[in-house]
Amino acid sequence: MTTATRTIEELANREYQYGFVTDVEAETVPKGLSEEVVRLISEKKREPAWLLEWRLKAYRTWLAMTEPTWQNVRYPAIDYQDIIYYSAPKKRPTLNSLDEVDPEIRATFEKLGIPLEEQKLFAGVAVDAVFDSVSVATTFRTKLAELGIIFCSFSEAVQEHPALVRQYLGTVVPYSDNFFATLNSAVFSDGSFAYIPKGVRCPMELSTYFRINARNTGQFERTLIIADEGAHVSYLEGCTAPMRDENQLHAAVVELVALDNATIKYSTIQNWYPGDKQGKGGIFNFVTKRGKAAGVNSKITWTQVETGSAITWKYPGCILLGDNSIGEFYSVATTNNWQQADTGTKMIHIGRNTKSTIVSKGISAGHGQNTYRGMVKIGKQAHGARNYSQCDSLLIGDQCGAHTFPYLEIKNTSARVEHEASTSKIDEDQIFYCRQRGLSTEDAVNLIVSGFCREVFRELPMEFAVEAQKLLSVSLEGSVG
Amino acid sequence: MTMLDIHNLHVRVGGKPILQGIDLCVNAGEVHAIMGPNGSGKSTLARALSGHPDYQVTEGEVSYEGRDLLAMDPEERAREGVFMAFQYPVEIPGVNNAYFLKAALNAIRKHRGQEELDAIEFMALMREKSTLLEIDPSMLTRSVNEGFSGGEKKRNEIFQMAVLEPKLAILDETDSGLDIDALKLVANGVNAMRSPERAIIVVTHYQRLLDYIVPDVVHVLSGGRIVKSGDRALALELEDKGYGWLEPEAAAAAPAAKA
Repeated sequence: MTTATRTIEELANREYQYGFVTDVEAETVPKGLSEEVVRLISEKKREPAWLLEWRLKAYRTWLAMTEPTWQNVRYPAIDYQDIIYYSAPKKRPTLNSLDEVDPEIRATFEKLGIPLEEQKLFAGVAVDAVFDSVSVATTFRTKLAELGIIFCSFSEAVQEHPALVRQYLGTVVPYSDNFFATLNSAVFSDGSFAYIPKGVRCPMELSTYFRINARNTGQFERTLIIADEGAHVSYLEGCTAPMRDENQLHAAVVELVALDNATIKYSTIQNWYPGDKQGKGGIFNFVTKRGKAAGVNSKITWTQVETGSAITWKYPGCILLGDNSIGEFYSVATTNNWQQADTGTKMIHIGRNTKSTIVSKGISAGHGQNTYRGMVKIGKQAHGARNYSQCDSLLIGDQCGAHTFPYLEIKNTSARVEHEASTSKIDEDQIFYCRQRGLSTEDAVNLIVSGFCREVFRELPMEFAVEAQKLLSVSLEGSVG
Repeated sequence: MTMLDIHNLHVRVGGKPILQGIDLCVNAGEVHAIMGPNGSGKSTLARALSGHPDYQVTEGEVSYEGRDLLAMDPEERAREGVFMAFQYPVEIPGVNNAYFLKAALNAIRKHRGQEELDAIEFMALMREKSTLLEIDPSMLTRSVNEGFSGGEKKRNEIFQMAVLEPKLAILDETDSGLDIDALKLVANGVNAMRSPERAIIVVTHYQRLLDYIVPDVVHVLSGGRIVKSGDRALALELEDKGYGWLEPEAAAAAPAAKA
């Protein structure tokens, strides 16, 4: 075995750093899913009748749906009656300030590098921290409120801004959208809500940090972001979970709405527990994310760095409804050990002169299987629509796989659609070249991989680009050959 | 002082014996040229010395500054001051040339217990060295060797050498594919690095490079062995007569072939 191969294996075998469990008293609903449970969740959250109705419609629709099987991933059957659908840390009824966050939970976020005291945060980043099913803290709210920006947990939004929630909930991802989104619509517990009013440029990054803690618990968060006319916002989410032997389900929904001339930039750094070296445990990350570029000249950008989860199934997409609207998707997905990812995007061109860009970088190592699945749909009325897709795969070692499934559906002859794809391996010569200049094999691999991902990393907000690069090097530890 | 002492070096590539007993001694301050026909093992010698994993040493010893070179990993050799200018420099897409070189330099400095250079100090060093080789500053911000012409790649190798300041520099056919202007530039860069503390091994097929980098010793490789050593006159003689006249000597140097 060459030194390179050895180092890659060492790299791959590095331990997940966020696998600890926090001991907090939790309030949970009984295992399993029924109309009762849906009602119970809604009741616990003191939701208005219309929302309960919406959940119930989703639940009834879900009962008639079957789990999709078309994706290129393999996993044991999920027993939906063996999942706890709601778990919340016990706490005082209302939190008046961040100081009142349970010290154990506060310590958890500190340990994850997400301090909840505002003065310690990255300058210019507001954080909403979601622990299991509920949001435990949102920072910088007052400062944002001065500009009319609403940034709070989804549950609070339901209480305090019901009209906005009702107006937009389910308008991008309907409750009947797909098996996992429909499940989420029935049982979603919390998530983040943001509304940026007309003409306001959000002065800081908004960020949500998701943490799954409790055992046998699914996390079903729901995020809704609305950028009103001329508004700009950049939003980032991060996620981690404890190491557990059993798989845990995470079925989130994210909806974005950009009105005329509005811009939403949504970045994800996903680092759910990926399972161990033998493929035991890890999160099933089955997520539906979609943005509607509803207004003219609106723009939605998805940037994702997916390094965690046993299985990743997500296709953050854009519905380009407004004339001249723009959709972008930049993705780095890595699969190491026994991880599987089937991810990509959907760009639906409806308006005139709509543009979309897709840059996908898949990295497979160990026994990882990485699939890019992307759809570009150009509607009849989408005169002058343009799409550029670039799909690159990097293989590390000879046990892994990369797959590409592009779907193109073009109904307007004036459309221009380009697709480029490449598959490469990190070769020994590149590694040797770096080593001959004094770099270790590990540094060489990191350098080559970060070069491969550069087009995506440069789309991330500054503070997080460095973080993403580090995360990537950790998740690939032990992988070149 | 002896910097590099090679004794009875045998190297196989893909199971095939290429070097069959090289003996060579290089002192600090000297420039040695290794010449020879295609397939004689010149590049194999260069790559084996730099520790390429495909080049398997089956016999012999190499001592570098009194230490066992063959026991060191390639990166350790590099950090100890062994530099090879590649015959075919590798492209690393998306990795900025300056960033790459800074990472390399700092890895070496760290190994030597020197402080790492920050971005500003490093850029100052880059400017100084790039003037020497007439490197276009835009080359530094491009990805490592990506889209470089053959000549640019070779110049970039010498530029890296100038920045990393090795003790032992091995140039593997750096002249191949260079036009005369580029050749002079590269030679000037190499000559500027000649010093009593540094040894340089120039591997080349043609004598032309040696008009500009004048060697102290010339060795001729044939059939995996050094068949003749001499001063610069030997290189000129080779240009005149080709490698053919050395064949009998090569045959004589080889042990009797088995029937």
